[in-house]
Amino acid sequence: MMKILVTFVLAIISSMLIDNVVLSRFYGICPFLGVSKKVKSSLGMGLAVVFVIMLATLICWPLYQLLQLAGIAFMDTVAYILVIASLVQLVGLFIKKYSPTLYKNLGIYLPLITTNCAVLGVVQSNTDQALTFLDSIANALGTSIGFLIVIVLFSCIRVRLESANTPKAFKGLPIALIVAAIMALAFMGLQGLFSGINL
Amino acid sequence: MKREKGFTKRNFLKGILAENPLFVSILGTCPALATTKTVEAAIGMGILFTIVLVCSSILVSLLRKIISEEIRTPAYIVIIATFVTIVKMFTNAFLPELYLTLGVFISLIVVNCIVLGRAEAYASKNTVFDSLIDALGMGLGYTLAIITMAVFREILGTGAFSFGKIFTFIPYFKLQIIPKGYEISLFQNPAGAFIVFALILAVIAFIKNRKAELKSNLEKQEKIRKQQEAKMAAESSGGESK
Repeated sequence: MMKILVTFVLAIISSMLIDNVVLSRFYGICPFLGVSKKVKSSLGMGLAVVFVIMLATLICWPLYQLLQLAGIAFMDTVAYILVIASLVQLVGLFIKKYSPTLYKNLGIYLPLITTNCAVLGVVQSNTDQALTFLDSIANALGTSIGFLIVIVLFSCIRVRLESANTPKAFKGLPIALIVAAIMALAFMGLQGLFSGINL
Repeated sequence: MKREKGFTKRNFLKGILAENPLFVSILGTCPALATTKTVEAAIGMGILFTIVLVCSSILVSLLRKIISEEIRTPAYIVIIATFVTIVKMFTNAFLPELYLTLGVFISLIVVNCIVLGRAEAYASKNTVFDSLIDALGMGLGYTLAIITMAVFREILGTGAFSFGKIFTFIPYFKLQIIPKGYEISLFQNPAGAFIVFALILAVIAFIKNRKAELKSNLEKQEKIRKQQEAKMAAESSGGESK
């Protein structure tokens, strides 16, 4: 039991920091660049993504078992994207009804999540790697929290970039990408984190 | 419908330079960073992407009068996902190496903003032929853009071009460009991908700024010349009246 728990936590940390979604697996670059100009909006986007990724994983893993039983496992991508699209709509409606303040803060980011490749990427790679239910949840949790951390950190830097004296050609996106490169280098430094732990 | 001469040509070419999906509209950045370690992988990704884009544009354009406004986006997503599944199965069957290299990024063509964007913005409003040309131009523009990134990353990162690893039907060959030991392996890493993308965008911004500057300089000169001319004309007419 203890061993399972340790593996679970290590899997979360590893997909959160070592194999970070944005900086080493390149999922979700579009919202990472698009919705990171303000700290508040990036926080909203990050939280919405955590929510949707968790729900999508919880639904899609059993769904894949059903598809396998029915013998149409090749339809996985179509099924997943439908689940994600309707999930995003449902979550939007739900939040709108029960928490208008949260909706006001998250609402505009919800439709964007359908085309955030982090969501489909996590669900699809869970299937492709044939992960167990527990491992899938660990992967989803780690990935989505990793996305949240990185997008918030990135937006904090970008706010300061606004007032920095950058060369004219680098203004805006190019310098932001250089910042992302430096962040990716920093996250690469975490790669040896688990080298001493034997399981 | 009457149309200007050369419309089709311009419709095709706009995707390559003026409205390049990756470098101008900054869409589809995820595969552009993830699949550009080698030129071969980039070519493979570009071809698969173009096939999906062309097929879904044709189908969306054919169905544009049938699909109603309210269910537009879900319908397009299902169409795109279907073509992605078909392409995925074909790749798995005929080019297993490419399938392994691109991995989950073949499935992620579904959520590539360019495909849905073209379906929404172009194919749902235009004829089948125009949509086909538009999709071909955009697909080629995207392919060329990711190949550009892959060229820099592969030469700087490994010092050589190698072909034949993914497309196994061509014989393997390696072209050493930078002598061994002088390559910068950073460019094979994620950080290198971000740097290459940043530098390419900066060069494009530099050229654009330069053009805008030149244009405004020319306009200024024109203005000054006109003022001088007006002045001289006034002087000469003043001289005559004396």
